[in-house]
Formats: sequence, structure tokens, C-alpha cells
Amino acid sequence: MELNHIMRQSKFTRNSLFEQGYLDEQFTQLEDLQDDANPNFVKEIVTLFFSDSTRLIRNVETALESYPLDFCKLDDYMHQFMGSSSSIGAKKVKEECTQFQECCKARNGQGCIRAFQRVKQEHATLKRKLETYFQILKQGAKTSKVE
Amino acid sequence: MGVIAIQETPLHVLAVDDSNIDRKLIERLLKTYSYHVTAVDSGSKALEFLGLQDVENFQSFSSNQETDVNLIITDYCMPGMTGFELLRKIKESKSLKDIPVVIMSSDNIPARISRCLEEGAQEFFLKPVRLSDVDKLRPYLSKNERKTTNDDDDDDNDDGDDDVEGWSDEDEQGRSDEDERGQAVSMDQSS
Repeated sequence: MELNHIMRQSKFTRNSLFEQGYLDEQFTQLEDLQDDANPNFVKEIVTLFFSDSTRLIRNVETALESYPLDFCKLDDYMHQFMGSSSSIGAKKVKEECTQFQECCKARNGQGCIRAFQRVKQEHATLKRKLETYFQILKQGAKTSKVE
Repeated sequence: MGVIAIQETPLHVLAVDDSNIDRKLIERLLKTYSYHVTAVDSGSKALEFLGLQDVENFQSFSSNQETDVNLIITDYCMPGMTGFELLRKIKESKSLKDIPVVIMSSDNIPARISRCLEEGAQEFFLKPVRLSDVDKLRPYLSKNERKTTNDDDDDDNDDGDDDVEGWSDEDEQGRSDEDERGQAVSMDQSS
């Protein structure tokens, strides 16, 4: 009984991540790559993304403190950020990165700072939501072993 | 029937990408097809692995050293040496020029795509790369391709144009290196 509840919960959580636009099709691609031989692929690559992107965020923060702003460098960081967001299907994060890049192109420093706040926000939100999701999955895996 | 050595060893793909996420992804994608994968994070490491020294005009290559790489798949935007520059070096090398090279990029820039294809890339994949893309590699990695005296299969990829996904004439996104010069601008950013 408990397993059914957990399964429903994980399905619901997963669906809302897609419906609310946090994740896109690419995440499904990652799930398809997970199998018995690679049982933790999704979690591993997502974990890699968050450790990588945390580093990038720090770099951007440092770059935003310099004067004058090096838009080329900022754009470059965002390009990397966008690339890895895209690779894991982090839809909203990717969208905010695009906004940031637009501000870089326009050499709009204030715009960059604002856009970056949104990038960080979406990044943090996604991290929280995926952590919750993985917790549920883990619970499901444990419970199914017991039953 | 000609003599074709039966290869027990799996086909070997060299993947080049400075992003560790993308390396993990491409490696996993390639392994679903049971390819043996070597993943490196730069063009110079790729050349080193292939047996070419990354010295500007160093063309000589020890003929004793044979590389068993059957295909190279590389990101375009990398610090130091771009994927285009790597492609060029491979095509300029007597011993490596017949190895099919595939370029990946997160940017949909028509000028970039045609430049790579003109330089000899077999395919150009837009990131994120998917299983359906890796599926397109099979003709380049079929056992028949492993003959070193390959006559008809490693020249122009005539039917490859339709494999370029989403190729449009839209404005460039993000990267500022594209211009009329038919050569890659050295990407000295940290991408």
C-alpha cells in the first residue's frame, strides 16, 4: 500500500516538474538512458550539473563585481551555463540564461545583474525540487525492495 | 569475397568536450550502442590520444603508432582549440584524415555548420545530442568502414544535409565568432 502511495507521489511530482516548465523533453531523454547497468544515471548527471553550475554562479558573481563589466566573459559563462542546463533539460534555468545573454549583447549591466538574480532563483528552485523528487524515488526503491 | 578481419573489439569512439556534463551524456549515449568510448576534455588531449603532437606545424607522425579510433565526435566551442581547429588538424594528417569526424554545438549557426561540413565533418549535431543523433553514426561505424583502404565511404557526405537539425537562417545566438572569414576564430574565452 505504501509503495503505491510513493509511486503516485513520484509520478505526480515528476509530472508537475514538466507541467510547470521546470523540465523539458531532454530530461526524459536522460531517464531513457537509465537502465539496470546505469541505475543512477539521471541522479549522477543532475548532481554533476549542480556542482558545475554552482561553480559557474560563483564565477559570474565575481565577474559582476568587476568594473567595467566584461560582457564577453559574462556571455561566455552564460553560454556554458546554458549548455549544461540544456543538456539536463533545465528549462526555466535555460530561459533565464537566455535573458542574461540578451543583456550581455545589449551591454546592459543592470539588466545582467537582474537577470542573474533570476538565474540563481530558478537554479535554486530546480535544485530543491529535484532533490525532493530524487528523495521520493529513493524511498520508492527502498520500499519496493522490502515489499 | 575480400579478406575482412573479423574484429572482436568494439568500435572505438573518441569524444571531445570541455563540459563534464556533456562528456558524461555523450559517453552514455555512445555506450548504448556498445561502442567503446574514450572521452577527453580538450582538442589537444584528443590529438595526443590520437598520436599527433599539438605543435603548430608538426605534421610528421610515427607510422608505427596506429590509432584504433573509428570516429571522433567533438564539441565546437572549447577553450584553446575549437572543434573546428581539431577537425582541421585531423583532416590535415595523413594518418588520421580518414577517421570520420562529427561536430556538436549548442549554437545553431548556419555559417558554422557549413564551414564544418566543408572542412570534412561528416555530421553536425545540435546539442543536446540525442539517441536519434547517435543512431546516425552507424553508417560511419559499420564494420565495413574499418578497412584502411576505404574507397567510397569517407568522402563527401552527400546525403548528410538533412541530418543537420534545425538549420535555419535565423540570427546567430550568443557566439560572436561568426563572420565571413572561412575559418574559426580562436575561442579564447573560457567556453
